[in-house]
Amino acid sequence: MTRLELRGVSKSFTDVRAVAAVDLTVPHDSVTAVLGPSGCGKTTLLRLIAGFVVPEAGTIRFGDVVVAGDGRALPPQQRKVGYVPQEGALFPHLDVAANIAFGLPRSQRRSARVGEVLDLVELPAAFGSRYPHQLSGGQQQRVALARALAPEPSVVLLDEPFSSLDASLRASTGRAVLRALRVAHATAVLVTHDQDEALSLADQVAVMREGKVVQAATPREIYRSPVDAGVARFVGGAAMLPAAVRAGVASTALGELPVAGDVGDGAAEVLVRPEQVLIGAGAATVKARVDEVAYYGHDASVTLTVLPDGPVVVARAGGLDVPEVGATVTVSVAGPVVVFP
Amino acid sequence: MGALALVPLGFVVVYTALIGPGDAWDLVARPRVGELLGNTVTLVVGCTATCTALGVGCAWLVERTDVPLSRVWHGLLVAPLAVPAFVNSYSWASLVPGIHGFTGALVVITLSYYPLVYLPVVAVLRGLDPALEEAAYSLGHSRARTFARVVLPQLRPAVLGGCLLVSLHLLAEFGALQMLQFPTFTTAIYDQYGSTFNGEAANMLASVLVLLCMLILLAELRLRGRRRYARVARGAARPVEIIRLGGGRGPLTLVLAAVVALAVGLPAYSLVHWLRVGSSTEFPVGELAAAAGTSLGLGAAAAAATVVLAMPAAWLAVRYPGLTSNLVERSTYVANALPGIVVALALVTVSIRAVQPIYQTYVLLLLAYAIMFLPRAVVSVRAALEQAPVLLDEVAHSLGVGSLATVRRVTLPIIAPGIGAGAALVFLAVSTELTATLMLAPIDTTTLATRFWAESSSVAYGAAAPYALLMVLISIPAAVLLGRHASLSSPWEAPR
Repeated sequence: MTRLELRGVSKSFTDVRAVAAVDLTVPHDSVTAVLGPSGCGKTTLLRLIAGFVVPEAGTIRFGDVVVAGDGRALPPQQRKVGYVPQEGALFPHLDVAANIAFGLPRSQRRSARVGEVLDLVELPAAFGSRYPHQLSGGQQQRVALARALAPEPSVVLLDEPFSSLDASLRASTGRAVLRALRVAHATAVLVTHDQDEALSLADQVAVMREGKVVQAATPREIYRSPVDAGVARFVGGAAMLPAAVRAGVASTALGELPVAGDVGDGAAEVLVRPEQVLIGAGAATVKARVDEVAYYGHDASVTLTVLPDGPVVVARAGGLDVPEVGATVTVSVAGPVVVFP
Repeated sequence: MGALALVPLGFVVVYTALIGPGDAWDLVARPRVGELLGNTVTLVVGCTATCTALGVGCAWLVERTDVPLSRVWHGLLVAPLAVPAFVNSYSWASLVPGIHGFTGALVVITLSYYPLVYLPVVAVLRGLDPALEEAAYSLGHSRARTFARVVLPQLRPAVLGGCLLVSLHLLAEFGALQMLQFPTFTTAIYDQYGSTFNGEAANMLASVLVLLCMLILLAELRLRGRRRYARVARGAARPVEIIRLGGGRGPLTLVLAAVVALAVGLPAYSLVHWLRVGSSTEFPVGELAAAAGTSLGLGAAAAAATVVLAMPAAWLAVRYPGLTSNLVERSTYVANALPGIVVALALVTVSIRAVQPIYQTYVLLLLAYAIMFLPRAVVSVRAALEQAPVLLDEVAHSLGVGSLATVRRVTLPIIAPGIGAGAALVFLAVSTELTATLMLAPIDTTTLATRFWAESSSVAYGAAAPYALLMVLISIPAAVLLGRHASLSSPWEAPR
């Protein structure tokens, strides 16, 4: 497997700049999730890497090989990419074994390789003789991954592979697919619009917005230190509070909060995540009214208006001790907060 | 290729323009033409009404009620598709001497054509989402009101499509109406053609006939409008609730039995009867085999040619949807609306004037078949191509497989069954085609249809029976195919 590198890659369609000067490096043997709302250009980015679309500018390298750039582009069939599209797209006229063997040279189609990759995606060998219409959605996705992995591709590309599955299947299939990618030591790009999926499955998350990669970092860094308010809101619940920063302390409606990192003095906005907002803890003095409670059992999402008249923040409360709507509670903020000047 | 399909239409338009409006009017405004127009229109109106009543009624009984043995009834109700209309009229005319004129035509044509309404209605009834009816009940509508306001509107496109097919088939029908002595434009054109070869009277009648066809196409377009009826939700629909007929169960089953007896039983009895009579006199195995061989050979050649011509049109329509590809596809549909007799007449005239060497050859005959049956092939090939989306090509490329190998390993295997179905439909239609074959086949060429026609026209009913039986046997696979996939029966079912 190989390192994937994009430098200044651009592509437009008629009047839309779908991908604009994107730089992205996916290290060898790792999974990068490209996260963004629909229409942000993430699928085009994937199709550029696969070779279905040719970039207008920039270079794409698989290891040391330039697959697109300098005015030439390798056709997809010469790139050795494993491509797993949204609905799996298994060949309906072939059984599972033949689907998986599709990309293997003729001499290897009857080899043990089919069994190996079936095992890799955690499907029993007996599935080889089934047809795509006899499989559930999750099984189809696993076979699609097995088919992509069988020829030992340089790069594996997954285009929203779990979005057509229902919620319970999505999480388990996602984890199984990731285990298979790790065992195969694959260099993989996973396109998704689901932030939970991106954060929980990938080694690196690249957030895309209007054709650009606005931040590429580890899931923790993306969540804890987003580059701007937009990224902060996109990857999780976020309340943005106006604040005055002085000497590493932000004065907000929720009290005096320590600031993460080195920030100059002045007016700013601070990011408060729901899990930072604590209800009724310790020596809290700020009072808030409970406006709305969404109860999930294991926890609850509590919407609060800081008294007397705002701002509105959301707190994540444990499932054991959930306040009633209309009650007045005390709130405080745990840990340092991120500040956007 | 689209241009080829438009040759007959162009011929009619150019001919009318050349002859000049004055002379054209003199040829058209005659009492004889008025009589033909009256006959044709009343028969079209009468037959579409009876076919609709019979088709919708039977479909509802079979699909939505608790009549016993509904699967068996379905098979029997589709069976008339295997009997060419001119064979059906032969079996009636030879058994019931008094049956001719308007009543005879109405009875025989209805019994031959009602499956064209029955099949699409069955397909829609099967696909109806019961949740819609349940929603209507929950909003306080009674069962009858729900049927009128929820079910019937959803049947509308299918019924209209079926009526369109009945009308166009009827305008093109030659053999059945000739045998029942009910003159319409098509039979009159043939008679004119026989008496004054390539005369202007026949050509002007053809122009009026084409005008009628186009009016019917337009009327259907207007009536159907832009509305689409689709099930909104995805996932498997629950089976519909079966309506209990109670006391009406017995009588209504008898009605089904009567329809089947008249539409299937009588022709079958007639065939067996005349086979017995015929075989007691003579049974010409050699001639029978020769005619069958010619029919099958022509069918196979026409099927191959038509499917090859259909591929580019269907490919363009599916992979590059746009104005041009739509036009190419539609032009083949216009050709499908033209009666075989007009196609034949046009090809006779055009070949004599422009390409004399192919006149009276198989080339011209195959050309006529290709123009007439291209739409059937386009529909099948198009439906098949839709099963092979571009995404599968991309996946194959990503797995290192080149373009040609992808066509061989992915596209062709997926579309092969659909192409096979299309080819089979054309093959079977050509094997029993009468009108164009009579007019265009090289002299001394006998097919099952033309030989049958010659025998039954000279009232040699016994001698005609073996040919009729062979044609029915050849048509059975097509009827089975259409019974399973109702949508194949009509090119107009394809998205516009």
